[in-house]
Amino acid sequence: MDNLSQALNAATRLIVTFDRDLAEIVFLSLRISLTAVGLAALIGLPIGAALAVLRFPGRRTLVVVLNALMGLPPVVVGLIVLLLLSRAGPLGVLGLLFSPAAMIIAQTLLTAPIVAALTRQIVEDLWTEYEEQLRSLGASPGRSIWTLLWDGRFSLVTAVLAGFGRAASEVGAVMLVGGNIDHVTRVMTTAIALETSKGNLALALGLGIILLSLSLVINGAVYLAGDAAKRAHG
Amino acid sequence: MKQSILPLSVENLVYHADRSNLVDDLNFKLETGPRTILLGPNGAGKSLTLRMCHGLLQPTSGAVSWRGRNASNDLLREQAMVFQRPVLLRRSVIGNITYALALRGINRTHRTRRAVEALDRTGLGAMAQRAARRLSAGEQQRLALARAWALTPQILFLDEPTANLDPAATRQVEDIISAMHLAGTKIVMTTHDIAQARRLADEVLFLHHGQLLERSTAEHFFNEPRSEEARAFLKGELLW
Amino acid sequence: MVRRIKTVLAAIITALLIAMTPVFAGERFITLASTTSTDNSGLFGHLLPIFTADTNVEVRVVAHGTGQAIRLAQNGDADVLLVHHRPLEEKFITDGYGVERRSVMYNDFVIVGPRDDPAKITGLRNVSEALSAIARAHSLFISRGDDSGTHKTELRLWKSAGVDVSAVSGSWYRDAGSGMGATLNIVAAIGAYTLSDRATWIAFRNKANLVVIVEKDPRLFNQYGVIAVDQQRHPHVKSPDAQRFVEWLTSAKGQAAINAFTIDGQQLFFANYSGGSS
Repeated sequence: MDNLSQALNAATRLIVTFDRDLAEIVFLSLRISLTAVGLAALIGLPIGAALAVLRFPGRRTLVVVLNALMGLPPVVVGLIVLLLLSRAGPLGVLGLLFSPAAMIIAQTLLTAPIVAALTRQIVEDLWTEYEEQLRSLGASPGRSIWTLLWDGRFSLVTAVLAGFGRAASEVGAVMLVGGNIDHVTRVMTTAIALETSKGNLALALGLGIILLSLSLVINGAVYLAGDAAKRAHG
Repeated sequence: MKQSILPLSVENLVYHADRSNLVDDLNFKLETGPRTILLGPNGAGKSLTLRMCHGLLQPTSGAVSWRGRNASNDLLREQAMVFQRPVLLRRSVIGNITYALALRGINRTHRTRRAVEALDRTGLGAMAQRAARRLSAGEQQRLALARAWALTPQILFLDEPTANLDPAATRQVEDIISAMHLAGTKIVMTTHDIAQARRLADEVLFLHHGQLLERSTAEHFFNEPRSEEARAFLKGELLW
Repeated sequence: MVRRIKTVLAAIITALLIAMTPVFAGERFITLASTTSTDNSGLFGHLLPIFTADTNVEVRVVAHGTGQAIRLAQNGDADVLLVHHRPLEEKFITDGYGVERRSVMYNDFVIVGPRDDPAKITGLRNVSEALSAIARAHSLFISRGDDSGTHKTELRLWKSAGVDVSAVSGSWYRDAGSGMGATLNIVAAIGAYTLSDRATWIAFRNKANLVVIVEKDPRLFNQYGVIAVDQQRHPHVKSPDAQRFVEWLTSAKGQAAINAFTIDGQQLFFANYSGGSS
């Protein structure tokens, strides 16, 4: 409990004094996770919707595999990306290891299956409701995919938020491919890990509280935006 | 002047599921003109028949043809369907109609104009910008009809369109159906509501257990039903 | 509405492209693979800014255990290596990954443990005796178990004390598989013994009721070496700047900077470059 009050003090002090290191870390964390989620959404939303609407051999196996990929361990993804981007690896020439770009790549790979799998379920439920009418109107399966993605947008936002939650909270992948380099690839989660290993438990906990608050603020903002949109357009 | 896609021919139509023929060897031809009601108790196979005619369901065997031609995308463009539960997109009232028109490749200006016309004809003109899903059940069904009307279909299939509506909304919907009929659209509708059939039908196809038991003009069917089942049904005794 | 979607999509893609641009495009930097013990002590935070001010070259530190650091350098993912395990460093050279090794600095290891010292070894100068006593008393000992320089030294010490730790792993001897800081957290939480480098120990902020139990045995001497990755082996490494770093570290200025680094008035590392390569 003593640690907890110290943690709250540490967190407050960092925020109130606009600690520059903290600001840098927060900004980098947001930049990486939001970019990764953006890319994951660009990839995952259409794939999930297509999987829901189209019928082809092997579809059900693909659905099961996609659902399983939601449980990809971050550290495993990090390891795979590390091996790919290492100079000794196939993509080594790109020189991306230990950079924010590598972290974005790893988090995108981690998050895309989550977005895709949740999208598939949401769109599949919608398709059950809409299929006959859309076919009657002459909408092709391809067109239907986009129609359903737009119509399901409020539910899909939750799917994307789930992805963001995963990206912003993981440490295994970004630690391996980013290297936790000060001022370059140090994000909230790796900073927390570092402070913990230095024995600065109160500070680590304080950073954790800040990370949670950040997540709350983002989720709150998204909720309010969605609420306003719903009230405007149902 | 577009070529008519009617008559619609149904030959030896069978739909097999759950170990029985839910639609059992139907044969009929529907011509332009009369409002056709498929009447019968629940489980008669009316909805399945309608869906097979419209192309939403593949028959187990048998054929559906339009003036001798098989179903195709071009033929689909001349048809429209309204379901028991209106399926509306999560957008504005007018947006639902312009969406359907966009699918037909109609350009933006014409889309808006035709959508507004359709809304006015169905009494929804004032609600164009409202969220479609916020409408009452009756208003939503009228919107579904407006959407269908905007597409100027040659034939309109309706599957128990007022089953979930109160009497006032039912009348409004029936009025629109009649208006569309007067404007030249062939109406093919299913219902188990005898009173509604009396109000709307020009001809009746009576189905029971997947079979076409009787077909006649409305006057003949309601006054002198030939089959025993039809008589029982009209007396309210044939429940399934 | 489709037009609106397209505009939004275009905006998102533009934003993403901007986000993906490397922040430090065009900055001069080298990648230093080093160990968590060195990093956690705070030495780099003190030392590297001085180097960067002198040379305009940024040093990016990737810290893992010695084994992983060496592997990174072997793969060419780092430009220069700074670790503390002489045999592995020399193997790095003979395997052709580096050209020259230079001794940079030293410090020492200590055995830390709970204040109440269950194995009764406080004040012992002989680390072998201390370890044997711990083994006899079955007192909890946490090993780093992560292939690091510290870990390898620890194993060497057990061997010379005649204790086979792999046989008892899981009982009183436990493999944490972690960096020094994480291991110390465990030790602090359960009151066990462990081998730590003094620098990490001094810098560690969660000492709880742990104290230094055994120190100053010559066998606890801990030498650090620096090696630049051979450009012949990995043409892409930033050899000139890496070499600059090695030179600076072993120059009078660099060595003085190392000695100047203190925590709570205690010096953590002792510069000992004596010229030439070793």
